[in-house]
Amino acid sequence: MTGAQTSGSMMINLSEVSRSFKSRTGTVKALENINLDIRDGEFMAVVGRSGCGKSTLLRLIAGLIPQSAGDVRVDGEPVTRPRRDVAMMFQRPALLPWRTVLSNVLLPVEIFRWHRSEHRDHAMHLLEMTGLDGFAKRLPHELSGGMQQRVSLCRALIQRPKVLLMDEPFSALDALTREEMATELQRIHMDLGTTVVFVTHSIQEAVLLADRVAVLSARPGRLRQLVDIDIPRPRSFGHNAHMDQVAACSAELHQLLLGSDSPERVGPTELVV
Amino acid sequence: MPVKRTSPRSSQLWSSAGLPVLGAVLAVALWWLATRVFNIEPFFLPAPPDVVDAFFRLPAYLLSEAWVTFLETVTGFGIAAAGGLAIAIVLAASRTIERMTLPLIAGINAVPKVALAPLLLVWIGFGTQPKIVMVVLLCFFPILVSAMAGLTATPSDLSELASSLAASWWQTFVKVRLPWALPQVFVGLKVATSLAIVGAIIGEVIQPDRGLGSVVVSSGQSADTPLAFAALTLLAIMGAGLFYLVGALERILVPWARAIAS
Repeated sequence: MTGAQTSGSMMINLSEVSRSFKSRTGTVKALENINLDIRDGEFMAVVGRSGCGKSTLLRLIAGLIPQSAGDVRVDGEPVTRPRRDVAMMFQRPALLPWRTVLSNVLLPVEIFRWHRSEHRDHAMHLLEMTGLDGFAKRLPHELSGGMQQRVSLCRALIQRPKVLLMDEPFSALDALTREEMATELQRIHMDLGTTVVFVTHSIQEAVLLADRVAVLSARPGRLRQLVDIDIPRPRSFGHNAHMDQVAACSAELHQLLLGSDSPERVGPTELVV
Repeated sequence: MPVKRTSPRSSQLWSSAGLPVLGAVLAVALWWLATRVFNIEPFFLPAPPDVVDAFFRLPAYLLSEAWVTFLETVTGFGIAAAGGLAIAIVLAASRTIERMTLPLIAGINAVPKVALAPLLLVWIGFGTQPKIVMVVLLCFFPILVSAMAGLTATPSDLSELASSLAASWWQTFVKVRLPWALPQVFVGLKVATSLAIVGAIIGEVIQPDRGLGSVVVSSGQSADTPLAFAALTLLAIMGAGLFYLVGALERILVPWARAIAS
């Protein structure tokens, strides 16, 4: 059914993917029958209410948990375990407090048993790119929340990932820092062209960053709609020529999210573009 | 974070060295004052000068007995620290072994160690060994329990990070779990410093052949209370010294712990 899309230009393919969890009250369906294809270099935002399975979706792609049914592929290969070319960034920075900023960024290099010396320059370059040059020798607790999350981004990028999975990475930051980080992420995505799957609660972030937005409905998590965001980049939070389009996209997403508790049963298959 | 008004250097020196010294001086002054005001007999409670006199009556004897106690304490503490950490790592590595042995460990921990002293006499005999064993018995459990607590307290975001990088069990252990546990390990080690001295003294009081414990026993028999107090003062100094030594080691090895705790 999704055969036409599983060509070379697709980075992530999810077909008929379901995932259920066992709980005390029985089996809970976190995700049901998800069909989603994400192009190479695409920025896909995933929005939905709490408990709609957004994070579960990300963990399936990351290979952290197995799907209950269906097929999850990254770069054409079925996902069975975490891949080195798929990097994950979490809601919290998850930095090791005893390591310096540079040493934290180099953690994946050590785990993968790559040569530290070969990646040191790359790490320094990433720190510079995220405005952290001069902080390489600092410890995480000396940094602000936004800076810690930048270190976390550098640590994800040191893997030179084909896919970057981001689980509400800015949700623990204050409003202004969130906007700064989102703007910066847009710049980095435009520079590197990495495929990004970005889970967020924020419609604003989704509209600023994404090529497409996947709207999930809750319990069970179904793909309610895919919304194209056809606004030229670079986009910004402030006043600009595309304010009308931004407002229209935001309104559409808003409407979809508000209505997502009583879905008018949209078949997922017809949504795949 | 509190706002520091004075220059950070001098206020830090004051709070880390000045305040403890001031506390000790005040305590001794209060003790002295009490013996004067209530006119207490030296036989009952000697004043600080009586204790100093007693020390200078027999300095070589007291110091050599203190050295015996110190060696027993440090040896036992070292064995307990190494053993406690090693067993904590084994228990943290295997849930099966943990499930099997935890009730046993909790049970053995509940046995009053003093009650084992006569048995140690039967099993090991005389000399320094039964004292070292007593030190180990008292120190081992707090070190084990705190190390276990630290090793099982890895935050979920760090565990998830490790699994997202497909880190092996050993990599996760060495790079994440063990360093994360170190501050907790030091909590156990600090508690164990004073228990180590208690253990050595229990051993020496039950078999009063050598050490400061034997000094206390023999000075009690000869009603030489100032000498007993001189021995006790040396023990207190030894205990405080060990505590601060472990604290200094903690500052060197886990300087980040205080920062993230605040």
